[in-house]
Amino acid sequence: MKISFAEGLAKAIYESLAANPSVVLIGGSIVGLNMAARKFMEPVVREFSARMMVTPVSELALAGAGIGAAMCGQRPLVDLGTGSFVYQAFAQVANEAANVHYMSGGQTSAPVTFYCLAGIRGTGAAQHSQRTQAMLGQVPGLQVLVPGGAEDAYGLMKWALLESDDPTVFISHPLLFGETSEFAPDAPMLPVGKARIRLEGRDLSIIASSVTVPRALAAAATLEREHRISAEVVDLRSIVPLDRDTVLQSVAKTGRAVIADECHRSYGVAAEIAATLAEEGLASLLRRVTVPDVPIPFSKPLEDELIVTADKIVAAALQLRGR
Amino acid sequence: MHRMTPAERVAAMLRIRRFEEQCIALHKSGQLLGHYHVYIGQEATAVAACAALGAEDFIFTTWRNHGHLLARGADPERMLAEILGRANGYAGGKSGTLHLAVRELGIPGTSALVGGSLPLSVGSALACKRRGSGITAAFFGDAGLEEGATYEAMLVAAAWQVPILFICENNSVPREQRKRGQWTSSTLTAARLADVPSSLQVPVHEVDGADIDAMQECFDRVVAEIRGGGGPRFVEVRCTRWPGNSMPWPALPGGEWLLGWAHGGQPDDADMAGWMPSDPLARYLQKQIEAGSMERKQIEAIDARAKAEMAEAVRAALDSPFPAPGEAYKHVWTERRQAQ
Repeated sequence: MKISFAEGLAKAIYESLAANPSVVLIGGSIVGLNMAARKFMEPVVREFSARMMVTPVSELALAGAGIGAAMCGQRPLVDLGTGSFVYQAFAQVANEAANVHYMSGGQTSAPVTFYCLAGIRGTGAAQHSQRTQAMLGQVPGLQVLVPGGAEDAYGLMKWALLESDDPTVFISHPLLFGETSEFAPDAPMLPVGKARIRLEGRDLSIIASSVTVPRALAAAATLEREHRISAEVVDLRSIVPLDRDTVLQSVAKTGRAVIADECHRSYGVAAEIAATLAEEGLASLLRRVTVPDVPIPFSKPLEDELIVTADKIVAAALQLRGR
Repeated sequence: MHRMTPAERVAAMLRIRRFEEQCIALHKSGQLLGHYHVYIGQEATAVAACAALGAEDFIFTTWRNHGHLLARGADPERMLAEILGRANGYAGGKSGTLHLAVRELGIPGTSALVGGSLPLSVGSALACKRRGSGITAAFFGDAGLEEGATYEAMLVAAAWQVPILFICENNSVPREQRKRGQWTSSTLTAARLADVPSSLQVPVHEVDGADIDAMQECFDRVVAEIRGGGGPRFVEVRCTRWPGNSMPWPALPGGEWLLGWAHGGQPDDADMAGWMPSDPLARYLQKQIEAGSMERKQIEAIDARAKAEMAEAVRAALDSPFPAPGEAYKHVWTERRQAQ
């Protein structure tokens, strides 16, 4: 069967609430304003409204309440709304959640999940388009999940809510809601910390995550069709933990890497991947396709200028192939 | 809730005071590194509040946490070992004084950021509400009310009606009494600190931090209201700042605190002499002696035990090993994650 990304999220949340009474939702606007996706949340609202805490607009305290509840035995999912609002909550996410286990010398853990509907979504302008995964990746103690497909939206969310004992930032993306993938309800999930080879190839590797995964797949299709270039697409699935081994193996095999990432170019996820390749002597043939170091503007032609597209990934790949 | 006898209260307060004096001495001798904060002059608050709480309750505290931990039953030796960065400290040397926590005593983690613990404590209270037992007590200073996190935390607590006791230990110094170079004090522009929770419909109380009997009555009543489903409560404890807190590092004006000061003696230090009427320990001792419920000899014996206990804790902590360097990598992740 096929499910969509939004359906996978809602299904994971529903099943987690049903499976463990400690799971509690702090806010519940998981699919944002997307009316088509909202119907998937209806079973959650219908059956578990008593476990959905009604929230004031207090991201800082809500994040902290999620952490505190997690420290005392609950498994909260804190909806931070638009992912950019993680800045509102940053002091609690980065300086409290991430440090609980370490500062207490392992006495206490905080299995809390922060849900961020992040990324450049169209007309979000500067303050509603942030991609904070690279910044969050700089905070030891935070897991950062960046699913790029529906099966991983389901699997990673369910893992965070039911299995993980560490704090997690779940980076979702509104432009992924309609993406579908094959889904086998009883199949075991690829472990967290393992990248997924979305497409096998010989000539170059495209390293992607979150919204750049479908764009990388589109680019790979174009490269194959129009240029007879066989591209391998590696979906990172999580920034922390980062599956360096799979990235290195893929690039060692293909000899070339295009890193497609929606963070800003400098100090981003792509920069970390590039540094990893460089340290293993695999850096001579790589390109980063990232968002330039400017805020995200409102107007469509301005936004289009900056975003990571399949075309830009194709262009980078052709450069690497000397075409 | 535990009804403490006068002797138990005196012992609890003296243990905190003698512990803090040891910290100051350890800093002076170069063995306690880093900045630290002592609880001298506020001991009665922790003792009264912890007596009102039960074993299933949670406590969140701040960088000024030694008194709260001791009143809750923490082991002074392991606390000092932690404060000195030793392997057998409560966090194996990772927290130091700033983040001292003892999970088994219901103190799961300590933030050293102003207002940082308040949102956490509201979540803890949500956990209490969801499991149907216990309440959470959050200790913080007057400066905590200057942080947005505190306002948000009180708002969320009020919206959710969770069982939480906000204990604001106001040790600020009125502007007109501040001395040059003195630590900053509350600059909140509200007429009363309690105006902030009041505006959110959180019931408030104000008590004298030098009067442990008044505090005990207040905490017992308020905790019962919270347990009864009354939702959050806010108590402002008005303390008069101990003069040793008035400089960048704590010091002992007039030296070690002397029992004789509670028996009519006067400290030579003028600041200490001026502060003595606000000392909750001295006030309580005087009250017991006047009422005839404790004798001087009995008090001296209690103090001798507290001093001996803390001296022994210091000796044991100083004898403790430092952690192996490789320990720095442990506890970033839980064991479950590391096993993957």
